[in-house]
Amino acid sequence: MISDFQLSGLTRLNTEKLSSQQLQTLLIGEIEAGLPLVPKPYAEIADRLGATESQVIDALEELKADGCIKRFGIIVRHRELGYLANAMVVWDVPDQSVNETGELFGHAPFVTLCYRRPRRLPKWPYNLFTMIHGVDRNHVMKQVDRLRELVPDSELPSEILFSGRRFKQRGARYSSTFLNSETPETRISSEIKPDLFT
Amino acid sequence: MNQAAIKLSKTERRLLNDFQRDLPLDPRPFNHIAEQLGVTESEVIEMLRRLKAGGLVTRVGPVFTANRVGVSTLAAAAVEPSEIVEIAGMINRYPEVNHNYEREHKFNLWFVVTASTSVQLRHVIEDIELKTGLEVLVLPMLRDYYIDLGFPIEWIDQVEH
Repeated sequence: MISDFQLSGLTRLNTEKLSSQQLQTLLIGEIEAGLPLVPKPYAEIADRLGATESQVIDALEELKADGCIKRFGIIVRHRELGYLANAMVVWDVPDQSVNETGELFGHAPFVTLCYRRPRRLPKWPYNLFTMIHGVDRNHVMKQVDRLRELVPDSELPSEILFSGRRFKQRGARYSSTFLNSETPETRISSEIKPDLFT
Repeated sequence: MNQAAIKLSKTERRLLNDFQRDLPLDPRPFNHIAEQLGVTESEVIEMLRRLKAGGLVTRVGPVFTANRVGVSTLAAAAVEPSEIVEIAGMINRYPEVNHNYEREHKFNLWFVVTASTSVQLRHVIEDIELKTGLEVLVLPMLRDYYIDLGFPIEWIDQVEH
């Protein structure tokens, strides 16, 4: 997966003309597939971009500070670690307590997504969506029970939607998003976030 | 059950569990990990290379915040099970669709549509409804409660059933 922008990144750039915005954009293309596994990874990236190590480190700090990078570390694959079941668990939470419940569920360690979405009555009564990974179905169902214990109403209506076949999952292509905002098909959405790990 | 997880050493498990976030932005980040684990920098690099080659680690790097540009929504449809492959194929042809999954429910087809404007997003959904003859539930995110702190691993040989 090579974007146009990564190809252009192969041309060495004049550091003096590189604004911090440009460096951030180029950097996203360089790091989205991960850091090189060498003793001085930031120096190696800097070398590729024609920047300095400290410019790269500063730019990464900015990307983290402004929330563009939400996590930076070892990205593990759940499936390969034996987490073979994943389920979208949906809840019908009273509107007045949905924020509180969402915060509680969103902080549970085995929850990897927690979103409020609109109900579509009468067909769809659920307004809180959580994604849960487990070793198997039983494990997922136990996690759901653990969430249920967090809220006062133990009868909170919910459904577990285990995942079946995957018909499409496009990989992250962030760099081209930043380069060319006119091509929506190159944007990534992590609405179904666990799939970013696969 | 995946055997790979069981064969990991204690150090590898700590590596996978403890360094999913806040990798130091220090010139030698792997040396920082090595110090915490009581091994050498080159051993950490070697372990990461092996775990990556073995498919347990996708990368050492960033998780980006999604949807900083453009608009997207989760959508769902209730499809006749016998038609799901065909319908999924029709929906996949839209470049605006970037995830499309089967789930076990009456609403059994779940997909994500991303576009540059909400008008374009609506057009895509209307077009999908027209072409498939299905009603699409449009379920955009209203609020995100999730804090991504990485994923604490309960090693599979330790999980009780």
